[in-house]
Amino acid sequence: MINKRLRMVLTVVVALVVVVALWEGYKWMGQQTDDHWPGTNFGLPTATNDMIMPHASDILGELTVDIRDGRNTLPMYVFLLKKAWFTFQEAAIGFTLGLAIGMGLAVLMARWKVAEKGLLPWINVSQTIPLIALAPLVVTWGRQQSMPDLVSISLISTYLTFFPVAVSGLRGLQSPDADHVELMRSYAAPWRTTLFKLRLPASRPYLFPALKIAGTLSIVGAIVGEISIGTKTGLGRAILEYAQRYAVAPERLYASVIGSAFLGLTVFGLISLTERWVMRRTREVVS
Amino acid sequence: MSDELAVSINGADKVFNQGEADEVAALSGIDLDIQPGEFVSLIGPSGCGKSTLLRLIGDLLEPTAGEVTVFGKSAHEARMDQDYGMVFQHAGLFDWRKVSANIELPLELRGWSKADRSTRSQEMLDLVKLPDFGGHYPRQLSGGMQQRVSIARALSFEPKLLLMDEPFGALDEMTREHMQIELLRIWEETGTTVVFVTHSIPESAFLSNRVVVLSPRPGRVHSIIDVDLGKRTEETREDPAFFATATEIREALRSVEVGQ
Repeated sequence: MINKRLRMVLTVVVALVVVVALWEGYKWMGQQTDDHWPGTNFGLPTATNDMIMPHASDILGELTVDIRDGRNTLPMYVFLLKKAWFTFQEAAIGFTLGLAIGMGLAVLMARWKVAEKGLLPWINVSQTIPLIALAPLVVTWGRQQSMPDLVSISLISTYLTFFPVAVSGLRGLQSPDADHVELMRSYAAPWRTTLFKLRLPASRPYLFPALKIAGTLSIVGAIVGEISIGTKTGLGRAILEYAQRYAVAPERLYASVIGSAFLGLTVFGLISLTERWVMRRTREVVS
Repeated sequence: MSDELAVSINGADKVFNQGEADEVAALSGIDLDIQPGEFVSLIGPSGCGKSTLLRLIGDLLEPTAGEVTVFGKSAHEARMDQDYGMVFQHAGLFDWRKVSANIELPLELRGWSKADRSTRSQEMLDLVKLPDFGGHYPRQLSGGMQQRVSIARALSFEPKLLLMDEPFGALDEMTREHMQIELLRIWEETGTTVVFVTHSIPESAFLSNRVVVLSPRPGRVHSIIDVDLGKRTEETREDPAFFATATEIREALRSVEVGQ
């Protein structure tokens, strides 16, 4: 067990080192060849000067630099964590709503073939609307209804998260063998009992991969929501601000991107832990 | 005295997708009575509708015409009253439940208390000779052991009728013969009625009081062979009377295939 943990930590460390090495190696090569592939006239896809690609040490160093947040002065990483916490809350509401709506739709579609035929095409179509187009609409409607902006942002996040849950949830609910369904019928079990005793437990292996996707999407949704709504806080706000000031301090934008990645990974990790806990029974397989 | 019969089937037809291009007549004019406590096998070439017939008795399918009664009630009422237990070819255990929780599933649905459920599941585990496996998960057991659990689950609420759909079909020969002896012991101990679908001639001869031979497309009752081999033991398998019965069933099956 300890060995396993140690290996996991090592994997993460090695992955980080590899990323930094690639970043710096590419930058170094570009500096040597004036941004061309060695020995050719072909330009590199990105320039490697400090403006476009700051040194990894500068980006990581930026995380500890003190910055002003209103009247306070605090290290960048604390600032980003505070912003991330706000974004996390929006995403968590969006995720929870998305899970409820997605599972609700999945249950409806599993119960009635008509519902599946009627709803599934629309569920698919819903995801073809670009988020960038949808977000301002939601915000405008929300403000007309005098909803807090946080609710609008959560709804945008919900819009992304319900989809994988509905689609994979349906597959999971339909996954039991004919034998299992007949067995429940032989017990004269009503549909609701079959749902709780058979279909929902059987759907878990299908559901969790979808939840991991939905979890990271909920962060994307919240950040895009923040950017289009122009909130005063959140990671989206930080990204927007630093993007505008890119010419002055590029490493800050990179630092806020690292903050978003960190948040996404945290959510992914939380869902993976939940999966482990929920699936602990079926994991204990020896033979 | 039809209400004394365990199962009574009168003129049952089953047509799938009636009126459609892919209409299939699965069963036609089935008449069959089964006495309480009997062990009856249904045998026939594949596609003869033996599993379909079993599902008519269990009300998992409805007959297109005719009538099926179970203990004097309609098959539907019997299913609603949970008068029968069902065992499938693949044990069909729920992976996420421990063995004991699998056996307790039908009891749970009937609202038994936790204490009563666990007492009963232990009794059933003893009955199927897996007393120490209640805490295991299904995937930790061999195919034969899983099928025993499946039998324990089907018998846990003491149904008067056990419907078995090729339950030993996926087992190797040695396990299969062992399970047959076990099933007969359980049948004697519980006094339940068994309807057993199989495609194995020796299996049907070894287990049954009567063997119902079905002819295919549409399935009809070709003949019913009475089997009288006394108490079955491993020696029965080498008994000339056993071979004679197996031969009789084999000849009936051949004439079915040639006749069609």
